Order: sequence, then structure tokens, then C-alpha cells
Amino acid sequence: MSPLGTALRAGWSRGLIELRQSFTNGGDLFNHFFWPVLMLIVTFLMRDVSFGSSGFELGTLMLPSVLGMNAAMAMIAMSHLLTAEREDGTLLRAKATPHGMAGYLVGKIVSVSGGLIADLAIFLIPGLLIVPGLTIGSAEAWLTLAWVLALGLVATLPIGAVLGSVFTNARAQGLLLLPVLGVIAISGVFYPITSLPEWTQWIAQLFPVYWLGLGMRSALLPDSAVAVEIGESWRQAEMIGVLGVWTVLGLVLAPIVLRRMARRESGSRVAERRERALQRIG
Amino acid sequence: MLDVEGLRMSYGTNEVLRDVNLQVRQGEVLCLLGPNGAGKTTALEILEGFRTRSAGRVEVLGADPAHGDERWRARVGVVLQSWRDHGNWRVRELLAQLGAYYTCYSTEEIERPWDIGELIAAVGLTAQAEHRVRTLSGGQRRRLDVAVGIVGRPELLFLDEPTAGLDPVARREFHDLVDQLAGEQHTTILLTTHDLHEAQKLADRIVILTGGRIVADGTARELAQRIAGEDEVRWSQGGERFVKSTPESTRFVHELFQRHGEAIADLEVRRASLEDTYLSLVRTTAAEPAEAAR
Repeated sequence: MSPLGTALRAGWSRGLIELRQSFTNGGDLFNHFFWPVLMLIVTFLMRDVSFGSSGFELGTLMLPSVLGMNAAMAMIAMSHLLTAEREDGTLLRAKATPHGMAGYLVGKIVSVSGGLIADLAIFLIPGLLIVPGLTIGSAEAWLTLAWVLALGLVATLPIGAVLGSVFTNARAQGLLLLPVLGVIAISGVFYPITSLPEWTQWIAQLFPVYWLGLGMRSALLPDSAVAVEIGESWRQAEMIGVLGVWTVLGLVLAPIVLRRMARRESGSRVAERRERALQRIG
Repeated sequence: MLDVEGLRMSYGTNEVLRDVNLQVRQGEVLCLLGPNGAGKTTALEILEGFRTRSAGRVEVLGADPAHGDERWRARVGVVLQSWRDHGNWRVRELLAQLGAYYTCYSTEEIERPWDIGELIAAVGLTAQAEHRVRTLSGGQRRRLDVAVGIVGRPELLFLDEPTAGLDPVARREFHDLVDQLAGEQHTTILLTTHDLHEAQKLADRIVILTGGRIVADGTARELAQRIAGEDEVRWSQGGERFVKSTPESTRFVHELFQRHGEAIADLEVRRASLEDTYLSLVRTTAAEPAEAAR
């Protein structure tokens, strides 16, 4: 096998090991369950609240939207991990290894996507028992869910890696969360987007959160639910278009930004960050 | 193995390295000694290929480290100081993962990577092989850092201040490990330290770097003689005490006895020590503010 092939395979096993680790230690386990459980509680409370005259319960509309939102959040997970692991020297170790960066990235993609799929299952499976009226009997629904999820990952992971390379430390990274929460608030996750002012609808449609939510609703809701969407359509072509732009943007930028970041890494930089972090604690 | 000529490095107007020339032969343990801020780490990072130099010619294992490809990278080992990376990984798991990248780089003479079990035994972590990295003590962690650095059986190994922050026992264990690498594995080693005794203990050859320049280059004994040069002889005669500095203490003592015989008492010969050399060199540099790097 070629050296790069070997590295990619090592990256794959790296991802699986990290995925397993995230399910065998307390802190990470908490992270895996906290949000899905919180979302389940919200869904549970909304299960009987009907939305206007649509004939649908808010809980039913919300469940697929939350799936879409979670898928988009893989971007944040990727970005966060990259910043944190640059700070602690994981990345420098990868750089000191032949083809280590390629292996490292494959590992991250595997562990973040794997973690996401697990988180989605943790939310979706109990959710199906709470919420009525989803089209879970049809194979088509699951197929749509799968390709929307795949498209979502391709669109968001590279952008996440770009964001992770741009932020220099974990605290700056925290600032990213504020605009993200803002985007989630206007993306029609917890309440149909058509009941929000039109200008927020336009902003929301620039970001993947809305489109992934829409994609998931198109997969899991019956056709009649399309009435509450913008233009009363699932707009799959537009979804592929917008997510496609994000994908291209990510795939073009990520190698450039990642290379630039990796080139700058060295032992003394990691040591500097360690000093700074220890001062913060002490 | 390693050849540096006219290496310069500056950040803006701040010159960190000025005209550094350095050669390292195969199998040699070379110690870059100098006070803090002398440019040791910068020099090492340029050789490791982690930093781009301002000027000069640098050749490491036959290639310019600034353009070293992955094949070159596989022949070089870098011992990085871990902090909290890979905390959830088990020792064996981490070494197996990082070793996997080297499998295609075996040559007829060198099988890569190192057998993980043997490697763990070599760095003395057999009892901790299944422990998580974050549960290791400082000394164990540093030995793991070395294991990570050598898992690909490097021909050339870089260590930057490897014993900083270690207690005396861990430091001693670490020195034994470096001796073993140089002795049994014939690894060429380049390490930095500001600890004189460490340099004296580990290195075949010491290069003193201060103010961004190499001011001395040789074995510990050579350096001590070449620069401070004078041993100190103390004795007493008829209740009176004498002190004499001389470059040839053995001959001087011989003559002393020939002349005075048994009248000589309390004889003491103190050889020129590396410490004297080092301090005088560092002081000379510090006394020339225009020359000393900030």
C-alpha cells in the first residue's frame, strides 16, 4: 500500500478509536446525551401543541428540524476540536509524522460524523415514540434522510475545519457560538420559519441550518406538511444548490487554510499556548 | 548527516541567529547548550523543518528541511513535550496508531516502525502500557514523548529541553534512556539544554550557543581546556597555603614535589571545569550589548 494509503487507513482507525473513547468517558458521554435528552424533553412538551390550522403538532414539525440542526452543528464540533487540538499539540504530533496531517483529518471526519450519527440516533429513536405522524414506514423517507445527512456533512465539515484553523484559541472559538445560536433561532427549527418576519427568513436561507432542517422535514413529514414551508415546496433543488455552494467553498478554502495553519505549528508555539493557558488557570 | 552553513534567522529587526555553522556526524550525540533566549529552540525548529529560516544553507539527511518531503519526515524523529494531547488514549494504542504511518518506510537496514511491545519496554513503560496517557506521571509522560519520537526508528532525533521540569529521579531515568538510544540504536541525537551537567553527561560534543552565535564547539574536556584553560593547584607548605593556576597541572605538581618533597601537604588539583568555560563565554557575550541578542 502507498504511504498515503497507509496514512488514510491509520486515520480511519484513529477516528474509530476516538469515537469509542467518546463513549467510554464521563465528560464525553454527558455531551452525547445532554442535548438529545434536552431536545427530547422539548419535543415531548410540544407533542400536543398544534400549529395554527395546519393540522400538525409543533412536536412533529420540530423533530425533523432538530435532526437537521444537529447535522449542521457538526461544523461547530469540527471547528472546536481543531482549535482545541492545535492548542494542546495533537496537531503538531500529526505534523511530525509522515502524512500525519492527512491521517489526522480523516480521523476527525470519521469521529465527528460517527459521533453525529450516534447523537442523531439517540434523539431520533425515542423521539419516534413520542411524536405521531412521521412517515417512518417508507424506505424513501430513510433514503432521503440519508442523502440529506451526507450532503449536510460534506457541506459543513470542511467549513468547520476552516473555522477551526482561523481561531487561534479555544476561548475565541467560544465567541463563534453566539452568531450560531442567532442563526438557529431564525432557521425555523423550533417554530416554522414562515411565521417569522421576511427579512430573517432571507438571512436564515443563507445558512445550512435552515436547509438541513427543510431536508429532514421533507424526508420525515407527510406531503401535506409542505403547506407551512416557504413557497409551499420542499425546494430540494434549491437545497442542493445552497449546500453545494457551501461544499465548494469549504473544499476550496479548507486545504489552503489548513496548510497555512499546519505550516505555522512548532514546538515553541505549542509551548507558548501552554504558558498562556496555565496562566489563565493559575 | 547534518550540515548548516551561515544560518541566519531574524524576526523583523530582531536577529535571533547570526551566521551559525554546524556539522553533525552519524551516531553522534550533540548538545546545543546555551542560556535561555540564546536561539536554541529556533535553531532546532529550523532543523526539524518546522520553521523557515531567513538565510543560509541547511541540509539534514541530505535534504533541505524547509522542503523535506514525507519520506524525509519518516527518517527524522522529533520529541515534543506533551501537555494534555491524547489524554484519553492508552499508551500502547497511541504508539500503535502513530507507528502505523511508518510501515511503508522500512529499508533493508531499518525496519519501521519499532515493535510496539519492545518500544514500550525500552522506555520502561511496560507496566503502564494499558494506562491512559493523562494518568501518567511527569517522568512517565516524558518517556512516552520519547517513545513517540522514536516509534519510526529515526536516523536523527531532535530533543528540545527534554528534562525541563523533571525531578532528579525522572531526569536520571531520562539520561539513561538517551544513553541507551545512542549506544544500542546508534541514533544520531541533537538535543538542547541550558543545564551544563546534562550536556556534560549526555553529549559526545557540545556546541555553546549564546546571543545567536556559536561561541564554542568541542567535547566537554576540550572546551574546558581551550577556553578557561587553567587548572587550579592548591597546597600548603610549612603551615602556609598556596594557590596557583596553570594549564599543565600534572607537570607543575611533579616539579613541586621534586623541589620540596615531603614538605608539601594538603595537595588539591581542580581541573578547569566546563562550568568555568561556560560562564566565562556567556559573560563575554553579555558584556557586548551590541553583539548580544535580545
